[in-house]
Amino acid sequence: MTGQWLMILAIALPLAGAAGIVLCGRWPNLRESVTLVTAVSLGLIVIELYSRLQQGASLTLQLVEPLPGLPIYFAIEPLGMLFALVAGLLWFVTSVYAIGYMRSHKEKNQTRFYAMFAIAIASTMGTAFAGNMFTLFLFYEVLTLSTYPLVAHTGTEEAKRGARTYLGILLGTSIGLQLLAIMITYSLTGTLDFREGGIVAEHLDPAWVGVLYALFIFGIGKAAVMPFHRWLPAAMVAPTPVSALLHAVAVVKAGVFTVLKVTVYIFGTDFIVSSSASDWLIWFAAATILLASLVAMNQDNLKRRLAYSTVSQLSYIVLGALLATESSIIGGALHITMHAFAKITLFFAAGAILVAAHKTEVSQLNGLGRQMPLTFLFFTIGACSIIGLPPFGGMWSKWYLAMGTIEAGQYMLLGVLMLSSLLNIVYLLAIPARAFFSKATSADNHFHGEAPWTCLVAMSLSSLMCIVLFFNPEPFYSLARMLVTQAP
Amino acid sequence: MDFIFGHYNYWIVIILMMAGFYTVISRGNLIKKITGLNIFQTSVFLLYISIGNVEGGTTPIIAEGVEQYSNPLPHVLILTAIVVGVATTALGLALVVRIREEYGTIEEEDIHKQDESL
Amino acid sequence: MIETHTSLLLVVIPLLAAPVTAILPNGRLPWLLTLAVSWLCFVLAIWQFMQVMDGSVISYELGGWEPPWGIEYRIDIVNAFVALIVAGMAAVTLPYALLSVEQEIPKDRISLFYATLLLCLDGLLGIAMTGDVFNLFVFLEISSLSSYTLISMGRQRKALTASYQYLIMGTIGATFLLIGIGLIYSETGSLNMVDLNNRLPAVFEHRTVHTAFAFIVVGVGLKLAMFPLHLWLPNAYTYAPSAVTVFLAATATKVAVYVMLRMVFNVFSTGFAYVTPTDDMFLLLGVFGVVFASISAIGQKDAKRLLAYSSVAQIGYILLGIGFASALGLTAAVVHIFNHALMKAALFMAVGALVYRIGSSHITQIRGLGRQMPWTFGALVIAGLSLIGVPGTAGFISKWYLVLAAIEQQAWVIAIVILAGSLLAVIYIWKLVEALFFQPAIDDTKSVREAPLSLLVPTWILVLANIYFGLNTELTVNAATIAVQVLENIPQ
Repeated sequence: MTGQWLMILAIALPLAGAAGIVLCGRWPNLRESVTLVTAVSLGLIVIELYSRLQQGASLTLQLVEPLPGLPIYFAIEPLGMLFALVAGLLWFVTSVYAIGYMRSHKEKNQTRFYAMFAIAIASTMGTAFAGNMFTLFLFYEVLTLSTYPLVAHTGTEEAKRGARTYLGILLGTSIGLQLLAIMITYSLTGTLDFREGGIVAEHLDPAWVGVLYALFIFGIGKAAVMPFHRWLPAAMVAPTPVSALLHAVAVVKAGVFTVLKVTVYIFGTDFIVSSSASDWLIWFAAATILLASLVAMNQDNLKRRLAYSTVSQLSYIVLGALLATESSIIGGALHITMHAFAKITLFFAAGAILVAAHKTEVSQLNGLGRQMPLTFLFFTIGACSIIGLPPFGGMWSKWYLAMGTIEAGQYMLLGVLMLSSLLNIVYLLAIPARAFFSKATSADNHFHGEAPWTCLVAMSLSSLMCIVLFFNPEPFYSLARMLVTQAP
Repeated sequence: MDFIFGHYNYWIVIILMMAGFYTVISRGNLIKKITGLNIFQTSVFLLYISIGNVEGGTTPIIAEGVEQYSNPLPHVLILTAIVVGVATTALGLALVVRIREEYGTIEEEDIHKQDESL
Repeated sequence: MIETHTSLLLVVIPLLAAPVTAILPNGRLPWLLTLAVSWLCFVLAIWQFMQVMDGSVISYELGGWEPPWGIEYRIDIVNAFVALIVAGMAAVTLPYALLSVEQEIPKDRISLFYATLLLCLDGLLGIAMTGDVFNLFVFLEISSLSSYTLISMGRQRKALTASYQYLIMGTIGATFLLIGIGLIYSETGSLNMVDLNNRLPAVFEHRTVHTAFAFIVVGVGLKLAMFPLHLWLPNAYTYAPSAVTVFLAATATKVAVYVMLRMVFNVFSTGFAYVTPTDDMFLLLGVFGVVFASISAIGQKDAKRLLAYSSVAQIGYILLGIGFASALGLTAAVVHIFNHALMKAALFMAVGALVYRIGSSHITQIRGLGRQMPWTFGALVIAGLSLIGVPGTAGFISKWYLVLAAIEQQAWVIAIVILAGSLLAVIYIWKLVEALFFQPAIDDTKSVREAPLSLLVPTWILVLANIYFGLNTELTVNAATIAVQVLENIPQ
């Protein structure tokens, strides 16, 4: 099977899976197996695509051309491959988790849930493989729209309001800012292809580069740079598997992925550095890192605390893109992977706590560790990876990002990163500390046991990866390396 | 002088047009509105016909020894427009009859009040 | 034989079919005849379009009288495109109309209804075909009068007052057009569009010509619901029978836009029009139309009224495209004529399906129907996304060209207004989506079935067309590009 067909299959297969899920809606076990089979197949396809890329195959595909110079165009390059691997592999893990969660929580409308999930994964694949900004924007929007029903799943007033904020901010930034930036770029250069070295360098007056770049950065609302970050905590009304995959992995990662893609392939890292386009944007990213951490410390609701932690971590990646040095780009790309595996573990744990112990607030977790030791062990592993402690994968991305700040001569930013890590320790490790070392209050003394076994399996897989990636960060590290070395 | 008397046809047109238009806008009675519309349309007919007249020309039927004829085309156009006007008036009045059946009144204000109260 | 007379047949066939339909017995026969006629016209319109696709022109002399003395039907790609849209919309609406009309129109009026519909179709096609300005006026009145009749046949009594209001305003508009035509006739002695284009430059300085231009622009502007002359539209679209709203929303205002384009570009020519502040006026009124109409739409409690205000906003977009006075802007306007017809017809069809099942389109009545009528709901969502301008849909293509035209002219405020309009559209479309999907149904015990196939199939044909023309724009953009060239050059 040619590489081109594999690419199409990577997008078409989840869509077919969605159709299959809808058809099998009445037989839950059959429906769940459709999800699992599709997820496994997608994982295999992505791995196969990676091996082809490694062998040097050029994987491009052009479909229709709705607008002059703007075809629907797929082209796999290292960053896209990295993103596709992360999302593709984690779909399987999340599906396993979701089955356990949805069944024990007795959620309604499960067919709709699994079907929209599959469609969202298809759009994530489309985003990863996009060869020009037009195709990326198309799948970016489809991703927003397909995740809306997932966010609003429970149908309560609160869910509706959260979903409205979600849609409002994401569509508002994408139509109001990002589309404008895309059209200005097209109007200047006549194309939107992703090319090494960028496409705007010769066409744009250096004074305006900063403005255009800012339109992109703020327009990519999924990267949650303040002040356009509110949608992330608002989306926590969704069931936890949704929060886990989409908001720790697919949706937010699509955002920072787009930021990196725009930085490397539309502007070109050299151009960004030489035109000092991001000098003032850096401070927005830095502010987001710190402010989000501070807010996280004040959140008692566990999922909201994790949401603000995500906002903070995303700006790490954005910062890596803005600095545009070799190490910072590697760090940003690596953090896509490391944060994905770590955050998904944390969300899995939060959902397990909800399902098994019916607790949502941090203050309710005292002493829970004795009843759910595995869950909190996995939580600790994920937290340590986020903080950047060895021997967990997160250390490598933090390392490269720190190197990036030094390379760029921004020692203040190095301080910001250090400070943020300290804050992470406070608000993340406090949770397992409470669980293991505090005394349980008498009200919570009924025995409910560990999380459902499928949830535990999923958590163990993702936290295992956190450890494995420390010792062997392949293939993600080499993909990140390929990303920076190919640029002229 | 010539400005007023030489162009008296235009003045008549303007006066009729404004009278008709004003009636449409200011009167609340539906039939009066249609009447105003009619006056408005009639003024336009007069405009066409009067500019079709050629000074010193006779009726546009070919006859021996006549060199100058008035322009027949505006007459034709106006016949068409009159028919259109009649159709419009007929339709408008039919609507008024139906409105009277449904609302019991043909005063715009009362109809508004009945609709608002729903 | 047929090829040479295609243009005439497009006008004559519906015209002859109308009285025949009127005398048919009430039942399904009138619908059948109307359906056959509309499909025949669609085929003829496609044929005609293919003949002029390369930029050539068909010139058909009525009765063998040569222009400029006789009436000429002059078909270039611009009006072939418009004719295609009108005939196409009729062809899609008629299958939809079968059940919808049976439910909304009293049984003893059905044959008269279809006869009037044929007359309306005839009028609109005639406007598209003709090359004579007075003939244009006549066809405009034919289509308008039949529209008034069709609208008045709505179920609620407000349909009567809506129709009356439209009658008064529409007649004033048409009469203004008549005044304008009379004035330019008095200056040039000709009624043929090509001939006028040749003769008018000599008298461009005369105040009469300026006055005529003003009357024509205002008159046509009233017909196309240019802000602030749009006041008739919300009531007319809301209270008309569903099938009528579908057809009129897709065609009537678009044909009026075509008339505006013809008059401004081909009769008066850009050399004249742009000396006047017409393009700035279009920009200004377009902006106001987009902003005010979108905001009004958000506050509406009735789904049809909401969509009607949305139509006014979309007309505002088309006016912006014309006002840019650039090739890109005009392309955007022409493409949007096509795309908006697709979007709005699909949306009104979906709402019409709701009306068919529960008899109302009020937002409190349609709550929760999305779950019981999933196909209708899906159609509404996708057509709504096209209205918003999500990439992959036809609406995105129009928005793209419009914003690109604005950027080309560095008109940043207008670019932001266009994008803001999309965001406002998100708000009012989502109002419908939330009401249909998230609210609990108003009466849980009574379950509503999905709309019947004869309503769903035309709706989904249009919905799929929205996606198709969002991805494959060969037809629309090529036609628009050539059309723009025709409009900007002097036709010979």
